[in-house]
Amino acid sequence: MLRERLNTDSSSFFEKVKSIDFVLVFVVLLLGIISSFAMYSTDGGQLLYHTKSHIVRFGIFFMLFLTLSFVNTKIWHAIGYLFYFIILTMLVWALYFGVTASGSQRWIDLYIFNLQPSELMKIAIIISFAKFYHRIQTAEVNSIKNIIQPIVLLILPIFLVVAQPDLGTSILIAGTGVSVMWLSGLNLKYFIYSFLLALVMTPFAISLLKPYQKLRVLTFFDPDRDPLGAGYQIIQSKIAVGSGGLYGKGYLKGTQSYLEFLPEKHTDFIFTLFSEEFGFIGSVTLLILYAILIFRIGMIGFNCRSYFAKLYCFGFSSAIFIYIIINMSMVLGMLPIVGSPLPIMSYGGSSMLSTMIGLSIVMSCRIYKKELIA
Amino acid sequence: MISSRESGVSKTKTISRRMFILSAAKVIIITGIVGRLFSLQISQGSKYKNLSDKNRLREWKISPQRGIIEDFFGRTIAANDQVFQLHIIPEQVEDFNYLIVRLRNIINFSNEEIKNIYKKKSQQKPWDTLIVSDNLSWKEFSKLNLFLHELSGVKPVLSLARSYPYAKDLVHVLGYVGEASQNDINKYQFIKENHVPGLRVGKTGLEKSLEKDLIGKYGVKRFEVNAFGKRIKELDYAQGKKGKNFITTIDLELQSYAQELLKDKSGSISVMDIYTGDVIVLASSPTFDPNSFIHGIKSEEWKKIKSDALKPLINKSIAGLYSPGSTIKPLVALSALEFDIASTKKKIYCTGDIELYGQKYHCWKDKGHGYMDLKNAIKQSCDIYFYDLARRLGVDRLAITAKKYGLGSEILKDFYFEEKNGIVPDTFWKKRVLGKNWLLGETLITGIGQGYIETTPLQLCLMTAHIANGGFKIKPRIIDDGSISYEQVRFKINEYLLNPDLKFSKEALEDKSVDFLQPMYRNQENIKFVQDAMFVSTNEPRGTSFGSRIDNKKYQFAGKTGTAQVKRITESEREADLKTSEIPYLDRDHALYIAFGPYKDPRYSLSILIEHGGSGSSTAAPLAKKLFKKVIDRHEIREQTRLSRGKLI
Repeated sequence: MLRERLNTDSSSFFEKVKSIDFVLVFVVLLLGIISSFAMYSTDGGQLLYHTKSHIVRFGIFFMLFLTLSFVNTKIWHAIGYLFYFIILTMLVWALYFGVTASGSQRWIDLYIFNLQPSELMKIAIIISFAKFYHRIQTAEVNSIKNIIQPIVLLILPIFLVVAQPDLGTSILIAGTGVSVMWLSGLNLKYFIYSFLLALVMTPFAISLLKPYQKLRVLTFFDPDRDPLGAGYQIIQSKIAVGSGGLYGKGYLKGTQSYLEFLPEKHTDFIFTLFSEEFGFIGSVTLLILYAILIFRIGMIGFNCRSYFAKLYCFGFSSAIFIYIIINMSMVLGMLPIVGSPLPIMSYGGSSMLSTMIGLSIVMSCRIYKKELIA
Repeated sequence: MISSRESGVSKTKTISRRMFILSAAKVIIITGIVGRLFSLQISQGSKYKNLSDKNRLREWKISPQRGIIEDFFGRTIAANDQVFQLHIIPEQVEDFNYLIVRLRNIINFSNEEIKNIYKKKSQQKPWDTLIVSDNLSWKEFSKLNLFLHELSGVKPVLSLARSYPYAKDLVHVLGYVGEASQNDINKYQFIKENHVPGLRVGKTGLEKSLEKDLIGKYGVKRFEVNAFGKRIKELDYAQGKKGKNFITTIDLELQSYAQELLKDKSGSISVMDIYTGDVIVLASSPTFDPNSFIHGIKSEEWKKIKSDALKPLINKSIAGLYSPGSTIKPLVALSALEFDIASTKKKIYCTGDIELYGQKYHCWKDKGHGYMDLKNAIKQSCDIYFYDLARRLGVDRLAITAKKYGLGSEILKDFYFEEKNGIVPDTFWKKRVLGKNWLLGETLITGIGQGYIETTPLQLCLMTAHIANGGFKIKPRIIDDGSISYEQVRFKINEYLLNPDLKFSKEALEDKSVDFLQPMYRNQENIKFVQDAMFVSTNEPRGTSFGSRIDNKKYQFAGKTGTAQVKRITESEREADLKTSEIPYLDRDHALYIAFGPYKDPRYSLSILIEHGGSGSSTAAPLAKKLFKKVIDRHEIREQTRLSRGKLI
């Protein structure tokens, strides 16, 4: 029965290749190249560790993206929950046996590299939610049972990630989950209620924050409070971006970054470096590339026949959007500093892996767009 | 199946609608990000550009090089010497306390110095150079270099520092430098503008008064630095400007000789060119070594200098105030002649004392001088004659002449802020300052240079110069700025002397200041008479300084002794007639001497003061004899130097 289902697709391999969204592939490749150049700049214009390993990772994961694109969407649907539970187990594992770095226990040692399961959870939550909503009727979406179940699915990993502690990723996971729930047609009133509830809970939540997290929130509202301490990152990042001007300072000439005023420049603050060196024009161009990426993913979802594929693509495009916006708002001083990478651009294997797997599922939806999933 | 399909359609509709709403939100948010980018990069771009430059650019100021001061013959008397310094850049030091412990093994720091280092460190920015020691010995410096690789943040530096090669001989002329205080910085704009850590500025003397020109302009090295303050590359270097050099009118050799004459004494010697006003010698004793001030004087040493009863810190030539004693007599005589209240012929019989206004006044010679005319009264310094002369002249008329001839006002006030005015009293002065009416008895003692009158030795020297040059107003100077030459002055004076119409100055008797090189006399003959009286006082038997004369015409000079009482002599003391050595030091009279020469064609005037030296004729005049010979011997070479410099200009 399963085999029969898997073999329903009759198109040839050549036709499958032809149906790949080459614009999307091109944009991803372009972002990869741009990120490699940016990484070269963070290394001070030398081919050092970060640049090399970023290029290698991008190369491997880009191939993985293309390869996994040919996996039938049905299979993703089939393993949806399994995938979720494997990642959830890994999160529990990370919490107890994980590798600790800079005060946070996020990684699992896989011998070849350290995997950050919370990054993969960003994808797992979309797949599992898409599967969940695929299997229920519209009318059932707002039933209590069908509200509780996804909330539990969402809250479990969030708690595990917060416990690491990793506020940034947990916010991204939450944002992703909520946006998929919104797409599923959950009644608007629940969003309003929970928004109001969140507002009421905010003071309580803040009291639960760790001191350094509180400091970040305070610093966000007034960076000049402690310009050399907590406010340093925001101030220096704004100076870097602002001093870029219209055209930027030029490639490899970002003084803020190569004189090391910029913190975390190859991970969370990579956009700052890019913005400093390429200015307003460069930044907007990058933003347009991301917009194309998001738009193409949405279009793929729009053209899919199956609800699972549609919800996944819409969900993933929203997720990518959320990652980008949170990262950019953060480095531009519009949000408090929480660790959140910029997809593809930022240095980090797990983030890259997660994005590429996510994209490969999107591409699979494109290749198998006529597929109907029972 | 149908319901499922319907449901599928409605699900698709829902998701599309929700996706549409979400997309609209995305567009709005992306617009917001673009708006933020626009605001940061375009609207506030220049502000952030500045902030970024402020981050990465840092300037280091290079100490300005101080101008050099030379004596008249071009010998450097205030130099810039190479010194070995130890600088620390605090932000490059890992553990400051440990570093200090390490340094103490290499360099001998006292606890006081260590305290100062920490104090200095707390007052400046961590990337600013901290000058830990500005004058290491070569041994310390080489030892430091040996251990340098283990001492991060430490820099051995070759630098320039002020030094005074003729330390003690010129300290009162030059003053000295010390680290600029907050007060200096606030008070003087040019110090503020040029301030760098560790800057030395003039504290007294010429170093202070010429500061504006001496200081120069600091250099700036601009570096690009990283977030940790490490210099990445030098961007540009604006070279500083060396301070202006100055040539003084001082003759180093004579100055040193004068200091030598004053050795173990407390006093002053001044020598002046009577035409150009060039101050050739400005000696004051005791003295001290200014070099110890440059690198921070130790507090014990400072206390010792400060509390010394002989006041080595004071430049006695310009800031010491003394009764002129009998050295005022030529001026009293001149004044009386000018105001036409005395005749050179008038004789008075001196018995040794005189009773006037119910008070007994004594002559220095107990037995009396017998019959005295004016010339003899000057020659033998008869006090009785001058009591009478002063009585008839009146203190107000005397004051007019005294002020004209240089007493009672600063002479080198542009060069020495510490200079004192002195006092030329008159009736108005007493009323104004003391609120009392003038007593006639006070006029009498003013006539012999006692009482309220106070002068600086340089003022007496200037007074002598004015008498010696024939009564023409000169402007003393200590910096040879080439403003006026001897020839120009002589030419101008000769114009007056040769033109009969200009022979008499109408303003001589008025209380008015006289312009530069204008005559101050009513009758030139009166000046000649006074010159003559001073000549006989030195060169004829019974003259008070006859014992110090030089017969050789080349050196022959005219002078007047003075002995200034520092306290009232009681009748019993007068009876006892003690020798100088038998009187307690602080009660002894000040010895004074003024002179000019060579007599045939005078060129130089001098004044000598020995505090508590006894009588002018026994203590001060013999020094003049030695000094005068040397002054005249140096005349030739001084003229050559002057003329060759004139040609260069």
